[in-house]
Amino acid sequence: MNAADANSRSVSVQVRGLRKSFDGQPVLFGIDLDIQPGEIFVIMGPSGSGKSVLLKHIIGLESPDEGTILIEGQPIDSPGVMDKFRMAMVFQSGALLNSLTVGENVGLYLTEHRLKPPAEIARVVAEKLELVGLKGLEERNPSELSGGMKKRVAIARALVIEPQLVLYDEPTSELDPLSAVTIGEEILNLNQRTHATSIVVTHDRDLAFGVADRMAIILEGRIVFVGTPDETRRAPDPAIQKFLTSDFSFKPKSKL
Amino acid sequence: MFQNIGEMLILFWRTLRALPATLRQRRKVAEQLFEIGNASLLMACILSLFIGGVITLESGPVLAERGLSSTIGALVGLSMCKELAPVMMAVLIAGRIGSAMAAEIGSMRVYQEIDALSTMNINPIHYLVLPRVVAISFALPVLVIFSMLVGWWGGALVAVTYQKIHITWQAFFSSLKEFVEVHDLVHGFIKSYAFALVIGVVSCHQGLQTIGGPRGIGRSVTKAVVNSIVLILILDYFLTRVLVYFEI
Ligand SMILES: Nc1ncnc2c1ncn2[C@@H]1O[C@H](COP(=O)(O)OP(=O)(O)OP(=O)(O)O)[C@@H](O)[C@H]1O
Ligand SMILES: [Mg+2]
Repeated sequence: MNAADANSRSVSVQVRGLRKSFDGQPVLFGIDLDIQPGEIFVIMGPSGSGKSVLLKHIIGLESPDEGTILIEGQPIDSPGVMDKFRMAMVFQSGALLNSLTVGENVGLYLTEHRLKPPAEIARVVAEKLELVGLKGLEERNPSELSGGMKKRVAIARALVIEPQLVLYDEPTSELDPLSAVTIGEEILNLNQRTHATSIVVTHDRDLAFGVADRMAIILEGRIVFVGTPDETRRAPDPAIQKFLTSDFSFKPKSKL
Repeated sequence: MFQNIGEMLILFWRTLRALPATLRQRRKVAEQLFEIGNASLLMACILSLFIGGVITLESGPVLAERGLSSTIGALVGLSMCKELAPVMMAVLIAGRIGSAMAAEIGSMRVYQEIDALSTMNINPIHYLVLPRVVAISFALPVLVIFSMLVGWWGGALVAVTYQKIHITWQAFFSSLKEFVEVHDLVHGFIKSYAFALVIGVVSCHQGLQTIGGPRGIGRSVTKAVVNSIVLILILDYFLTRVLVYFEI
């Protein structure tokens, strides 16, 4: 097995019959998904539908009650899978290590795995921070950042890993529209540059339709639709249409 | 509490297996050592001084009345080094350091920092548990030696100045030297190692087990301290039995 080879290919993800309950309360009811190598796959659904739980299963943080997750055909919980494939997750809350500075957080993967000398790590960290619009904030503590800044640091931390599979949990949920667009661009850029398979969980419809190659709609723990953005717009299911088209039009539009 | 012992043993075993990685984590070990020393040295000093003093105060007059004042040094010397220094320091460290370990690891669990480590393929046992357990098992024995010495001086101070005892420094320390032998120091040393491992493993285990929010962290901290102390006191008895059996 050539390690360099395995490290540069993007990976496929299969979810088979995934079921999960918490304390007898079912959250996921048999999820099946096939995600192709190198695509941006968006999972959309309302709050509490089980998106974060699904994502945690895909990267092996939760173990399923039933069903399996396959990364390149190998079960995620089989030994060595985490060593073989580079994976990264951007958590909904950012999940930065509070005891480390921003710079140490971003470089953590490289320092802990001793992949590069310190000077080189500092350079990569600065570069990735600049990419997410946080140039020169290396010495700050995570507690001094706003929610949106934390999220961007978390994205920089994922970029440093140069992942083959990257999972984003609500990457734009705490960002203003302008930064949200930047992050969307960054998701696209990373995907185009490295062909990293990207799974984006969001309820931001603009982001979803902006970046998705294909998308899935999850409602109450079930995948109700999978297709391209165009197919999704035309999906006949009224529940999906309601989710996709509802907006803030309470007040009559003023005529200017 | 006791249903967790199996899990703690597993954690202990995993930490042992991670030991070869200690060198790579030496910076974190050093940080932890500094933390422990910084938090507890002064406290240990004061505590030990008063413990040594109070043993002399309680037993000195009784012994002196019966003409046994030449054994006061031995009594303080032996009880300090075989029992009081290891146990009192362990209790102090459980309160100061065990609680901090449980709180820190617990909040990392609750705020998904440990999940983030796992997704980066960084083993939380190597990253969090190992440096703490290694640091505490270096620090506690050193602290115990320190506490013995200070405790002896505390005892001597009272023996010399309290008028109902009133012996000389020389009398106190020659009695101490006559009775306290190297194997008595080893006895205290072995105990302190065992207690250090108990505090480290119990506190890290509680931290990793934390569920819920800030409340959960609070619960973990309390449990870490209480369980450590209870286990230390129980272990102390059985360990003493074993050590006495082997005449250490
Ligand atoms: N560790 C857990 N223990 C118990 N219940 C959980 C746990 N994690 C998630 N749940 C439950 O699972 C359901 C789905 O949660 P999840 O976090 O996946 O929602 P989500 O789709 O990500 O929502 P949001 O868009 O608000 O992030 C919720 O009802 C939640 O209460
Ligand atoms: Mg979520």
